[in-house]
Parts: sequence; C-alpha cells; structure tokens
Amino acid sequence: MRRPRLILVPFWLTYVFLYAPILVLVVMSFNSGKSPYVYEGFSLKWFGELAGNATVRQGLVNTLIVAVGATVLSTVLGTLLAVGMARYTRSRLLDAFGLLPAVMPDLALAIGLLIFYSAIRMTLGLHSIVLAHAVFGMAFVAAVVRTRLAHADTSLEEASRDLGATPLTTFLRITLPTLAPGIAAGALLAFTLSIDEFVLAFFTAAPTEPTLPIVIYSMVRFGVTPQINALATLLLAVSFTVVIAAQRMTRLTESLR
Amino acid sequence: MTIERQAARPGAAAGPPQGRPPRLARALSLAAARLIFLGPGLTYLIVLLVVPLALMLSYTIFRRGRFGGVVYETTGENFTRLVDPLYFDIVLNSIKIAVLTTLIALLIGYPTAYVIARLPRKWKTIALIAIVLPFWTNFLIRVYAWVILLSGPGLVNKVLTGFGLIDEPLKLLYNEGAVVTGLLYSYLPLMILPLYAAIERLDPSLLEASANLGARPSRTFWSVTLPLTAPGALTGCVFVFVPCLGNFVIPELLGGGRSIMVGNLIRDQFLKARDWPFGSTLQLAVIAALIVLLFLQAWASRVYGGDRRA
Repeated sequence: MRRPRLILVPFWLTYVFLYAPILVLVVMSFNSGKSPYVYEGFSLKWFGELAGNATVRQGLVNTLIVAVGATVLSTVLGTLLAVGMARYTRSRLLDAFGLLPAVMPDLALAIGLLIFYSAIRMTLGLHSIVLAHAVFGMAFVAAVVRTRLAHADTSLEEASRDLGATPLTTFLRITLPTLAPGIAAGALLAFTLSIDEFVLAFFTAAPTEPTLPIVIYSMVRFGVTPQINALATLLLAVSFTVVIAAQRMTRLTESLR
Repeated sequence: MTIERQAARPGAAAGPPQGRPPRLARALSLAAARLIFLGPGLTYLIVLLVVPLALMLSYTIFRRGRFGGVVYETTGENFTRLVDPLYFDIVLNSIKIAVLTTLIALLIGYPTAYVIARLPRKWKTIALIAIVLPFWTNFLIRVYAWVILLSGPGLVNKVLTGFGLIDEPLKLLYNEGAVVTGLLYSYLPLMILPLYAAIERLDPSLLEASANLGARPSRTFWSVTLPLTAPGALTGCVFVFVPCLGNFVIPELLGGGRSIMVGNLIRDQFLKARDWPFGSTLQLAVIAALIVLLFLQAWASRVYGGDRRA
C-alpha cells in the first residue's frame, strides 16, 4: 500500500522542532563571542567561566545531596509499599492511592507542602526538598517494582517458607534479590526525576540553598549569558548518556532473559 | 513453630504466607506483615500528601491575615473573587492556551506517531528514543533555548528574513504565541507516546479488510484507523493539557512579566501577594477542572469502545 509522501512533512518537522533549539544551544556554548546570536569562532571560555561560578557549583552540590536523600527515602518506602501491595493486600483503592502522587499536578503538591511546612513551623532547607521529592519518587519506585513483582516467580518464596525460613529471612534472601533489578531501575528513575525537578524545589527550598534548577531559573530571569549555554551543553551530554545507557542496559537484560 | 511439608498451592502468592502456624498466629503474622510493608509508605503519603492537600482545601474558606498568613475566620469571599472578571479571564485564558497547545500537539503528533509506528523495527526504536531524549533534558534549559531563538536577533527571525518572508524582525517573544511554542516544545513527546502505542496496537487485518471491501486509504483512515486510535489520542491530550494548565515558568519566561496563566497567578498569590487562602482557592478550581476533564476522558473512551485489547 503506497502512502502519500505528504505525511512525512509533519514527521520531519517534529524532529527539526525538537532538535533545532538544542543544537543552537550547543553550538553557541562553544562561541568565542559574547553575543548569543552571532557565532564568532570556537572557544571553551564559557565552560571555564562556568567552572568558576560558585553559585552554580553550590547549586549542583545541593541538587546532588537532595537527589541522593530523596532516592534513598523513595527506594526504601516505595519497595516496601510495592511488596505490601502485591503480597499482603488486594485493594484497588490502595493502588489508586499509591499512584496519586505521580498524577498530582506538581504546583498543587508544592503549595500544599508549603502550607503544611509553615503550619508545623518547620524551617525550609534541603531537608524540606528531600521530603517533597520522596512523595512522587516513592510512587514511581513502587510502580516499577510492582511490575517486576507481577512477573516474578513465587515458587521460590513458597519453597523458602516450606523449608522453615522466617518471613524476614525469606524477604531478605529471596524476595529482595529477585526484585533487585526493578529496585535499581526505580531508584535511577527517582534520582533523575529529583535532579531535574523544579516546581516543588522552588516552593520548598530555603532562599539561601537553591538547587541547580532554581539557579538556572534565576540565571534565565536575570538575562541571557553564554554561561547558561555551557551549562546546557554539559547537562545535555549527561542526560543523553544516561538515557542511552539505560536503553542499552534494558536491551542487555532483555536479551539475557 | 512446627514445620510440616506441604505442597505449594498455586495462587498462594496474593494471600497470606502459606506456612503452617495456627489460625490466630497466621492472622497476627499477616497483620504484622501489613504493618511492616504498608505502614511506612502509607504513613508517609498520608502525612506529606493527604494532610497538605487537606490543609490547602481548608484554606479556601478562611480569610488572609493583614500581613499574609491566615486568619481562621470562615468567609466565602475567596470564591466570589474567583468569578471576578479580573481573575476569571486569566483562568479562561489559560484554558484557551492549554487547549490550543493540545490541539496543535495532536495535529503534529498524530502523523508523526503514525510514521514511527510504520517504520522498520530497527529505526522505530531510534525514532522513539529521539522523541523522548529532549524530554529528559532539563526543562528550564529547553525554555531558555526558546528565549534565544525567538528574540529579535534570534534564529527564527534570521531564517524568516533570510528567506525574504519578512523585512523587519518580528516581535516573537513575550506574547501568547511564544507561550504556546514553549508549552508545545515541552510536552509534545507526551502526546506522541500514547498515540504511537495506540497506532502500534492496530490490527493490520482490519485495515486489510477495509481495503479488500473497496475502501480508499482515506476512507479506511477515517472509518477504521481514527476511531480505533481515538482513546490513545485522548490520553495524549490529557497528558499535554494537564501540565500546560498548571505551568508558571513558561508564561513567565516566554510570555513576559504579566500574569497570563493561572499558574503564575497561583504562584504570585503565594510568593508575592501573600494571599494563601485565595491561592488555594485558585488551585482548587484548577484541580476541579482537571477532575472534570478526566471524567470526560473516561466517558469518551467508553463511548469509543476503548482499547480493543483481549
């Protein structure tokens, strides 16, 4: 069946639309001139200036601290919740409740948390962002681990119980190792989401301790500086590497099955 | 605890552990397991999700204090302010912008998803990754890219003048067109993915049957393909519409300083005007609108017969 070629126009248009802005940022980050609109020659000076920018460095450190904290919290809570939901109860209501943070508009959650923190008189800081990020991180970890649980073979757990292992031993020696790939994938997801998250962090951060997205936001508001291009190029390189590596890893695990 | 051998029963997975302790002990161990596994996560969600949202909800009926904060005196004025044209027009305008973005995303996304679904297997994966890659890069960086592209001496004006389409650079930045562009750029992948999944699931034999019965390709598309992929399109529309409606970064950075969408309005109530009760009321209105939308989507999916998956 021959397709009219016309349909290829929006197809290619989509890719041009998605990649032209990114390409412009990357090209301009190696620009020797100061203008973000005119390319004057190759230079790495903006990367040098960026490395000397203390605010950006501190923002990156804060972001990583928050992401690690939120990931640990999300992974522990999300994994326990997933096992509990799959093995010890069968409630549709609970399923919906577990997914709620993932579908909740982020602005609504952000202002809710802001009101909550002020109501309990909690000072804002990195800890308040960690607590906020774990709300949705946990939901994603639980969802990923549950899909793994759904495909898991339960006969090993039963055998372990029949051989006299306590529930705790069964969980630690059988269930956890079986779930490990799912837990790792969920943790990676929680980590990446936390690193890029802006709205919750913006509302629950202390003014003196901004995360990297908040730093970028104020840089963009303040005006156009080629340092942002250099930062964009670095972040793009990191996300592209992570996404492609994750893709390779899933392909690898699929081929091993 | 005595242990006896027992044949493992299939389907024991969902129930309590199938050991051999007496009934009371088994009930106790199930309760203990629920407490250990479900307790921490549910407690966390109740304290940091349900309680904050309940607080937000309760703020809608209170008055703001003179210097911000909240006075616990009930009032209905937050809701009367909601329908004040000053604010209500912004709410309507946000819905207009979000609908426009969603429609453009559908018009671009449908043919794109269609072509991807028909690609050979190897290219399909690459095309899909290329769709989600920009989505995994920092959101603010992507918005910043459009600030540069749309500004007076930016690339879009350069291309347009280069082709001789315009003589003078256009004012492309700080207006609603720029906001729609930014929203479209941020959320287009969310439209394409569910559409791709729906088109991919189409049963080729139905298309063949349609062709064998003498339908032209265009007729097949309107009578077979489109109705069967409509649920996927609806999902995509919801995925795009929801984040558009609450966004405040794009309207600010690409739309200029004025509050032009309800997201900015809510943000300003909390961080500038210090009127938390009214900000909560606006957010409640947005959530109500989204809930209506989700019910409409569920209803429309049912009318269309939903996914024909066995």
